[in-house]
Amino acid sequence: MVHLFTELSKYTMIILFALYTYQCFSALKRNVEAERQAGKFRRQVLYLYLFHLNAYCVLFLATKNVEMIKFYLAQAVFFAAVQGCYALFYRRASRLVVNNMCMLMCIGFVMLTRLSYEFAVKQFVIAAVSVAITLLIPYFISRWRFLRSLTWVYALLGITLLGVVAVLGAVSHGAKLSFSVAGVTVQPSEFIKIIFVFFVASMFYESTEFIHVVKATVVAGLHVVILVLSKDLGAALIFFIAYMVMLYVATGKLYYFAGGMLCGAAASVVAYFLFHHVRVRVVAWQDPLAVFANEGNQVSNSLFAIGTGGWFGMGLNQGMPYKIPEVKQDFIFSSISEELGGIFAVCLLLVCGSCFLMFLNIAMQIKDLFYKLVALGLGTIYGFQIFLSVGGDIKCIPSTGVTLPLVSYGGSSLLSTLIIFSIIQGLYLMRERESTEQAQRQKAGRKPGRSRRKVRRIQRGEELVQDALLEREPEAGAVGRRPARKRKVAESSARNPAQEREAKGDSGRNFAQERGFAGGSSRNPAWNGGFSGDLEQRLVEEALQDNILYGAEGRPVRDSSQRGMEGRPVRDSSQRGMEGSTLQDVSLHGMEERLVQEALRDGKEMAPRRERRGRRP
Amino acid sequence: MKKFFTEKKSGASSNRKKNREFAVITYLFVGLFLILIGYFAYFQIYKSEDFINSPYNTRQETFAEHVVRGNILSADGKVLAQTLVGEDGSETRYYPYGGMFAHAVGYDSNGRAGIESFGNFTLLRSHAFFLEQVINGIKGQKNQGDNIVTTLNYGLQETAYQALGDRRGAIVALEPSTGKIVAMVSKPDFDPNAVATEWESIISDTEGENSVLVNRATQGLYPPGSTFKILTTLEYLRENPNYQQYSYECIGSIPINKTEIHCYNNAVHGTESLEASFAKSCNTSYANIGLGLNRKAFSGLCSELLFGKNLPVPYASNQSSFVLDTKSDADQVAQTAIGQGETLVTPMHMAMITAAIANGGNLMRPYVIDHTENYKGVTVQNYRASEYGSLLGADEAAKLQEFMSLVVREGTASALNGQPYQAAGKTGSAEFSNIKGESHAWFTGYASMEGKETLAVTVIVENGGAGSTTAVPIAKQLFDRYFTSGS
Repeated sequence: MVHLFTELSKYTMIILFALYTYQCFSALKRNVEAERQAGKFRRQVLYLYLFHLNAYCVLFLATKNVEMIKFYLAQAVFFAAVQGCYALFYRRASRLVVNNMCMLMCIGFVMLTRLSYEFAVKQFVIAAVSVAITLLIPYFISRWRFLRSLTWVYALLGITLLGVVAVLGAVSHGAKLSFSVAGVTVQPSEFIKIIFVFFVASMFYESTEFIHVVKATVVAGLHVVILVLSKDLGAALIFFIAYMVMLYVATGKLYYFAGGMLCGAAASVVAYFLFHHVRVRVVAWQDPLAVFANEGNQVSNSLFAIGTGGWFGMGLNQGMPYKIPEVKQDFIFSSISEELGGIFAVCLLLVCGSCFLMFLNIAMQIKDLFYKLVALGLGTIYGFQIFLSVGGDIKCIPSTGVTLPLVSYGGSSLLSTLIIFSIIQGLYLMRERESTEQAQRQKAGRKPGRSRRKVRRIQRGEELVQDALLEREPEAGAVGRRPARKRKVAESSARNPAQEREAKGDSGRNFAQERGFAGGSSRNPAWNGGFSGDLEQRLVEEALQDNILYGAEGRPVRDSSQRGMEGRPVRDSSQRGMEGSTLQDVSLHGMEERLVQEALRDGKEMAPRRERRGRRP
Repeated sequence: MKKFFTEKKSGASSNRKKNREFAVITYLFVGLFLILIGYFAYFQIYKSEDFINSPYNTRQETFAEHVVRGNILSADGKVLAQTLVGEDGSETRYYPYGGMFAHAVGYDSNGRAGIESFGNFTLLRSHAFFLEQVINGIKGQKNQGDNIVTTLNYGLQETAYQALGDRRGAIVALEPSTGKIVAMVSKPDFDPNAVATEWESIISDTEGENSVLVNRATQGLYPPGSTFKILTTLEYLRENPNYQQYSYECIGSIPINKTEIHCYNNAVHGTESLEASFAKSCNTSYANIGLGLNRKAFSGLCSELLFGKNLPVPYASNQSSFVLDTKSDADQVAQTAIGQGETLVTPMHMAMITAAIANGGNLMRPYVIDHTENYKGVTVQNYRASEYGSLLGADEAAKLQEFMSLVVREGTASALNGQPYQAAGKTGSAEFSNIKGESHAWFTGYASMEGKETLAVTVIVENGGAGSTTAVPIAKQLFDRYFTSGS
């Protein structure tokens, strides 16, 4: 009977995880009501608990160890606490990221319990402590403005620590990666990669001029070289890729990226001939069975595991994942594939992928360049680490000995990944707060006298131009179905002000909907705010909003390319809403008379229509 | 997914400046993830078998807990190995033909060998109807594993096994056009049924000359004797396009340095062409040829013909060796040219060279698992013939075919002449010790007949004397059985 249960559980666990994975991607969809979106996340949590229960039932039946039940309950409480804390303190945090964080840790706990109960307990304790610590990060990350000015502190810290590890660190598995402090073994490169991202972000936040880029590249190169010398090839690659991606996005110059990649490829070839430990990995990758006794042992065993497991897996406790050396750290993916099945493993990849997409998505929406680059860099690190880890396990690329974030055993890896997740959550919350503040400003009406003065300066014709452009934007083709939903939100708030906050809050969680706002967020507050029907006032407020958001924020403008659309013709309505596109700009840049006339005409026609829409029950 | 990306493009118009870069990075990483998933699927579908079936993979053992090991069948449907399940659920592996298939099929206790080893994973997997498997699961019963249907021909194997009798040696029969291993016998043999119970006595025998567990067909290294003249001839053909003008006066012996090379039984062959030297297996003539050959080119030729390389065969095999370089003295060169010297070859290797010649120069990879089927006989997987590559040119193969056919018509294998099938081959009597007259008897050749697949056969009888008197008659029995008795 135990065997049958294990056999059946094989399929139920695959189904539960596949459903979970489906919701991950379904949640990325737009045009979903907040209520349905929340429903998806609730279902994810349900699948998580069912999978968790199912897995531990199998483990308990196989071991008959009563400790297992206690351990299971502790974990269940832990997951509930994580979910609860986020719901309580960070109501608007990305539920998808929270769920994925829990799910990945859950899979890690299950697999580690199967491999070694002691290690699983250890990992669980580390996880609980780490989560408790990192829960503070989302609150502070966006409030600590000084983070962007510590450029050279990051550089110094990173290089010093890496250097110390390289020179003094204990030799573990042929690579000098870790040292012990008071009985706790720390792998500094796991944390330095975060500091490194902050370094690069603050560097490019200051400037992307050539000299500056050269400086940043030299420091980044130093990091990578030290890592290669201390034989931490995986970390070296991660640092390298993270730097290239951040450089590319910050400068927008493709040839930097392409050139850097070519240099990286050339350096890899040089490293192959220079370093024995690089050659060993390549030899094992080319034909692991031919060198089974030595270099190829690990990769061969990994492939035995994946191959023997097949698509449906052997079932928990039915395989021999312990045959793979270092299975808990670097080869956890193979053990998952062996016992939980190839389909499960692919789903795991997809879940990690959805996490990565979410990270990049958040990065894309942030307007503050420093945080934008931080989110991008951390996302890249996360995504590339998965590629290295899984790619090495399945022999797609040479093994570099990198852990699978949140799933693999290892305190440093777990804590650093949780830090990354928390920072991203913090940045997500920051964006949420921005849009809320906008809404509140709208509600408060025109409070500072300054706005009233500005209002007076604005000519009615120009307001109408603005309005006309607003109305026309959907027709420009770039925005799609946005107006329909905006109307809905506006309606709901007009009907019942009490519901408004809730609607806003939920739509905030619904990041897809949120994305809709990102495109033209300058206008959103107007729609959300009290709909007075006073067109003039609303327009003025919108204009102000543009000014406050884009004039005051963003990074110090240094070169003309960063100054947004100043000086561009206003006719191109799709460019509206870019940095620096304030109403003043519109008026100052002296548009053609014809345009004004046209807009005026449009505006007159549009304005009443919009009022009608707004009032419709 | 698609929706997500299109949305991405439109969504961040406020960040349009960085939008293109973000799109590039996103697509790049999505690409990386798709590569991972694609490779994973590719591995599972196409590559996993190589790893699963590796003898290093100890995971197979766990399958035995839920599956009754499948049967191994001959090409004509005879059961060569099966698992008997007792009343109490105890399982015994039973080999109905005892030692006849001992090395070809192998054994499954105290380690594994043969098909039992490299077909292990197949035998321990069940493709029985899935509902049946579910029901078995509920009842707590084992599923019946898949069967392996081999390319082994029972009749030919029986003939080979009996023909060798009590003599030590090996016989390999291949189908040159496909690479099918039709028969493979190694003597002395052992009873695989007794491996589990009499292991100690079986392995204590391996240190001596008996070494019953060694599969002499693929692991036995023998001096090739005159069969090696096939390679010497090939090298001579390559170096001398006008080989037809070759002429040599054989007086029964040839002095080289301080030693002399004699023809077998001190025969005197008189004036002879290259063809005649080959057909009569004239040692002195070939010693003479050898001295004139380019050693480097000769060594290269042997390397092309898989000397010093792992043979592409499923069975455990040894590498044949060929030692000749510019420093070798004349004596060694002459000895090597007639197949003595330090050259060592496995019977399987010789059979593969012969098969390649019969197949126009192309070597097909030898294989023994024809297909696998579930226990009800529904085919699970077919194994197709695969080409290893070209060992020699088609024109060279045609010339060697002519030479080898002359051996049957006028030379040392004339016992095969005048049969319903057309045979060709080369005999050998390989001296293996300093005692005069003691030699291994070789024959390697092939025969074809209208409406039948060509068959290549290699026979070696240890200490069997002359190839023409000992090995050729055995080969004849195999050809007779294969071509005339319908099996």
